[in-house]
Amino acid sequence: MPEKTFKMLQINEKWCKGCGICVAFCPKDVLDIKSGKVIIKDIDACIKCGQCELRCPDYAIYLGGEDNEK
Amino acid sequence: MKNKTVKLMQGNEACVEGALAAGMRFYAGYPITPSTEIAEISAAKLPRIGGKFIQMEDEIASMGAVIGASLTGLKSMTATSGPGFSLKQENIGYAAMAEIPCVIADVQRGGPSTGLPTSPAQGDVMQAKWGTHGDHPMIALSPSSVKETYEVTIKAFNLAEKYRTPVIILMDEVIAHMREKIEIPDKDELEIINRTKPENNFENYNPYEVKEGELVPPMASFGEGYKFHITGLVHDKTGFPTNKSDVAEDLINRLVKKVEKNTEDIVEYEEYFLEDADIAILAYGGTARAVKSAIDMAREENMKVGMFRPITIWPSPEEQIRKLAEKVRKIIVIEMNLGQYYLEVDRIANKLTEVHKYGRVNGELITPDEIISYIKEV
Amino acid sequence: MPSQLINNYFRTNSLPHIWCPGCGNGIVTRSIVEAIDNLNLDRDKVCIVSGIGCSSRASGYLDFNTLHTTHGRALTFATGIKMAKPGLEVIVITGDGDCSAIGGNHLIHASRRNINITTIVYNNNIYGMTGGQYSPTTPKGDKGTTAPYGSIDTDFDLCNLTAGAGATYVGRATVFNPKLIVKLIENGIKNKGFSFIEAVTTCPTYYGRKNKKGSAVDMMRYLKDNSINIETAKKLEDNKLKDKIIVGELYKNIRPEYTDEYNKIVDSF
Repeated sequence: MPEKTFKMLQINEKWCKGCGICVAFCPKDVLDIKSGKVIIKDIDACIKCGQCELRCPDYAIYLGGEDNEK
Repeated sequence: MKNKTVKLMQGNEACVEGALAAGMRFYAGYPITPSTEIAEISAAKLPRIGGKFIQMEDEIASMGAVIGASLTGLKSMTATSGPGFSLKQENIGYAAMAEIPCVIADVQRGGPSTGLPTSPAQGDVMQAKWGTHGDHPMIALSPSSVKETYEVTIKAFNLAEKYRTPVIILMDEVIAHMREKIEIPDKDELEIINRTKPENNFENYNPYEVKEGELVPPMASFGEGYKFHITGLVHDKTGFPTNKSDVAEDLINRLVKKVEKNTEDIVEYEEYFLEDADIAILAYGGTARAVKSAIDMAREENMKVGMFRPITIWPSPEEQIRKLAEKVRKIIVIEMNLGQYYLEVDRIANKLTEVHKYGRVNGELITPDEIISYIKEV
Repeated sequence: MPSQLINNYFRTNSLPHIWCPGCGNGIVTRSIVEAIDNLNLDRDKVCIVSGIGCSSRASGYLDFNTLHTTHGRALTFATGIKMAKPGLEVIVITGDGDCSAIGGNHLIHASRRNINITTIVYNNNIYGMTGGQYSPTTPKGDKGTTAPYGSIDTDFDLCNLTAGAGATYVGRATVFNPKLIVKLIENGIKNKGFSFIEAVTTCPTYYGRKNKKGSAVDMMRYLKDNSINIETAKKLEDNKLKDKIIVGELYKNIRPEYTDEYNKIVDSF
């Protein structure tokens, strides 16, 4: 993943199957599972490393969207 | 007057010459008697004209490679014999389902199993029709001379391209290894059919979309800019799998109808002394040669015997056989098996006339003399 | 909205895919398109061929020329395509059962020919599509529905198999480390010859449950804790490597490529 990104963590809830892989291997404990779907628990802790995106088998979580931090 | 090329050649060689004339540019095969010369000659000739030959690791692989190559736009074929034909069946079904044009020459030999590898037989007639599982269209052609092998092979490619379906050439060891003089026609005398291509509609291309009133979808090749999906699963017009029963029903029916509705275009046959015949012998492939001699002999004895010879085995010339049955007192089906095509003829003709069978499975040819004796017997 | 990468290379209208929760197949499939994206390949020239099984459903989700073939035969169709049109970048997606049991013959012969095809096997150590029967890569002693008392078959090391048969680029990575999968696939595609990438993936539904391997997360953790890079492994004694997954670039060689050799014959006339 790029060192500096303005991208934000995005969740595509429809595709999430709730396996919990992203939650377990997030180095900053940003994520959680609620009602069988991933949720962002602590966005401020996110370092945008993108490990969740790489390991999500369902393409339900990724860094992307608007450059709204510019 | 153009210079005609006259050559002495084997049936297997004529098969390759016909294939090359039809535009075959890819061959994948596995050695098996008595079809091997088709592979050997293809291996020698194809690279000389920019074509490709590959000897695969087994029969199944060669059928797979043929389908893959056809998907890139090359006219493709393979050749085999009984045991290899059995092994190829799953992928032949794939070609029928995914509508991939390809030609399979099956030089029949004695079976079942390893059987009689170097002896003639016609035991794959039903395998050609029903060898792969499920309902599917099938076209099978059976030549009875070296010259006709050349012509039938061209026709096989034409039908494969026109109807996007696998076509079987049912040869037998007699025709495959016999040498005859044949006249090679000029290229411009031949009718060569190529698959219909889609009309450069890259964005909205559906690989199985059929125009109103038609049965065969146009076919794109891989690498041309269409990004489409092909599967052996039941699929809709987009090419993607579906479990919908109505889509499955429509698809399989359309596949079968491609052949059924075009029987007139596909069916070819020969009639020999049938005008005044009251006994008709039905024979095909190598066996028909002995039958022809037998009829010549019988005619000298004033016996009213004629021959009906289907060149197209599948779909069977049903209408012609029915008309024949209405006309003659008896039909005798003579073939180098224990009565496979007899089943088809009997199905069509048995309410209209008597149908008899005469067959052989010991690897020896049926002779004209024994045919005469059998005619006298019935 | 999916990510740009997924949007660009997947047929997103066919997503979500059919794979079970926690199945690693989606990770491998994403890694394949990331490698393709990194290499900036002309997607009209990319042809993805798969066989039958869970893994082989991947071809349908990917927006390239895609071909879903018969069980075990993906490499045969792919060989026909590559021979007929060597300009196409042919990638085969297969599974452990598909490529090493029913398709084992084709795997060793494609390796032997060194034909320029990149094969990615999704090795989940089980037949998933049919419900959990043991495969040629189910570790000896592990269970499947057809090995209720534990498999007595010795399992294949697919990388040793293909390297031994003549493949010129062989690597292994696990779905815990997708970056390595991406790197190996990129190098595999760049290699002019037969490349074989084993992506060790997770099947929590069948293999995991049958063998008490825990959840998808537990299985990922197992991959993390038991993978050793080949470079590290070289320095370790054999007893430290027992039951470990050796990952990285395992084998490289340079040999004449098959379609090149054939074209030399064509060009000689």
